[in-house]
Amino acid sequence: MSSVNAAEKKHIPHRLRNPLTRILGSWEFLLLVVGVFIFFLNTQASPYFLDPWNLSDATFNFTEKAMIAFAMALVIISGEIDLSVASIIALVSTSMGFAVQLGFDTPALILIALTVGAACGAFNGFLVAVMGLPSIVVTIGTLSLFRGIAYIVLGDQAYSGYPASFAFFGQGYVWWVITFEMVLFTVIAFLFYVLLHRTSFGRSTLAIGNNPTAALFSGIRVSRVKFILFVLTGIMSAIAAVCLTSRLGSTRPSIAVGWELEIVTMVVLGGVNILGGSGSIPGVVIAAIVMGMVTFGLGLLNVPGIVMSIFIGLLLIGVIALPTVIRRAKHRVAS
Amino acid sequence: MSGFKISRDALLALALVVLIGLVYLRFPAFASAQSLLGVFNDTSILIILALGQTAVILTRCIDLSMASNLALVGMCTAMLNSAIPGIPIPMLVLLAIVLGAFLGSLNGLLVWKLDIPPIVVTLGTLTIFRGIIFLISEGQWVNAHEMSPAFKALPRTNILGIPVLSWMALICIALMYLLLTRTPMGRAFFAVGGNPNAAVYTGINVGKTRFNAFVLSGALSGVAGYLWVSRYAVAYVDIAAGFELDVVAACVIGGISIAGGMGSVAGAVLGALFLGVIKNALPVINISPFWQQAISGSAIIIAVIFNARSARRPGRIILKKAEQL
Repeated sequence: MSSVNAAEKKHIPHRLRNPLTRILGSWEFLLLVVGVFIFFLNTQASPYFLDPWNLSDATFNFTEKAMIAFAMALVIISGEIDLSVASIIALVSTSMGFAVQLGFDTPALILIALTVGAACGAFNGFLVAVMGLPSIVVTIGTLSLFRGIAYIVLGDQAYSGYPASFAFFGQGYVWWVITFEMVLFTVIAFLFYVLLHRTSFGRSTLAIGNNPTAALFSGIRVSRVKFILFVLTGIMSAIAAVCLTSRLGSTRPSIAVGWELEIVTMVVLGGVNILGGSGSIPGVVIAAIVMGMVTFGLGLLNVPGIVMSIFIGLLLIGVIALPTVIRRAKHRVAS
Repeated sequence: MSGFKISRDALLALALVVLIGLVYLRFPAFASAQSLLGVFNDTSILIILALGQTAVILTRCIDLSMASNLALVGMCTAMLNSAIPGIPIPMLVLLAIVLGAFLGSLNGLLVWKLDIPPIVVTLGTLTIFRGIIFLISEGQWVNAHEMSPAFKALPRTNILGIPVLSWMALICIALMYLLLTRTPMGRAFFAVGGNPNAAVYTGINVGKTRFNAFVLSGALSGVAGYLWVSRYAVAYVDIAAGFELDVVAACVIGGISIAGGMGSVAGAVLGALFLGVIKNALPVINISPFWQQAISGSAIIIAVIFNARSARRPGRIILKKAEQL
């Protein structure tokens, strides 16, 4: 792939682009324009769209997935991938359901969730970072394993009977239409923004994604950073599992099935390079909201979920192909 | 290199025999020829798909859309058969292959011409193909009574005591073996995966080779699509959902290196059979089928650890030491 890019002659500008054109030309800005456009289309398509309570409900379409997407973004930026996130949700949710049967209360449930999530992440991290195995295969394996354990425990049964205080995480409102999940989403987005763009850990992650060998020789502990990223992804999956379980009020082993693909789509749509090395948290935030709005808007128009997935799939391929198509077109005009 | 490959496939074959032996201890009838042929027949579709995936993985790509491709082609052939029962079945099979190859070529074109990473392309087409099934079928099922008797009979027809379904798998294995070991295209798959830059200098078109691999995996998904709906005598939106992961699992267990350039037909077949034996043995030895997913997950992880250990070269160890500092 690099040979193709090298073949197209590098154009060196006479001066740096000014900040305004840089922002206007950025991926995040393009995405924002698309988002505003979709928002406008939605308001035209359905009279129910602009209702505050409807919009508030719409956020459930993306908040839980986006929490995982932030951690996934960092994993992908570091040049790895974690396909086991949805299965971690299933295992965490099953553990919480199991603990409820033993009579544990909400604080204990949260603690169990975070522990199980971190343990799952650490297992992935150990195999990928310490043993040096390819993450795509490892996490396809743990995808089967984690959900498989949930199936062994639950079979065709379901857990319910969560304590009343547990319902707040997925169903609670902080103020008016502002849900607890929205607040949590905002806080987590901010924390990940700081982590990726304002700390040396974030810089290390980007460096590893660009060139692991160079990162290693400049003193970055590559395997440690990767290990931490996988644990972080496990913990974020656990937090999402708490919200989702609390919102649904029950646990089945098939909970959140197929989410890993939607989360990867979200991350890639947010401008994170699937090959690693670049990406931003604001991009992922906008991508999450855009995807949530597309799903919600089509839902209001009675478009079935599976048809929406066609849009999501086209969106995924389209946004990746677009820069290449534009570059080729420019190249053709220039020559 | 070839010495290692033979020993690896042999080890896997040994593991398979041990596995069958363990089941035999609990339930002797499982190891009878009739029962083992049944297991092979049951695993045929997985074998066919794993062969296609092998070609793709050899070129350092991955095809996650195979199961959706299978389902879409399966739905098309089933609907065609129920609408126009007069179409001869061989014609329908040919159509399934062509349609599958066309869907695969879409993946291939996006990878070749637009340089999009294969995992992104096939994640996209995975959902798109699945959605198209819903659009064309409007969510309806095509049930057994809507299919012509000939349509359903073909995979069950016995030739020399073996059902056509198994014969299809055997034919695919033979063709794939010839393709990978006896043709320039097969060599190109290995070359592109082993070292894409070196492949360019030997005059191989990397993009086109990958395109070919995707067309091949698409065509095999197409055949599998017809076989699936005719065997189970039903077609609906969600058939074979999630099966793409089983296919990747079979390849990984079979020692096909996800980094490309390393693998064999025997490995893919043995990997698929390994999963097939587990799937068929669980109910026999009274283990709940709910265990299957966890067991195949563990098998993938063990296989990938094993692959990495045996593939480690001296050159790598130096870097490894540096990493541990």
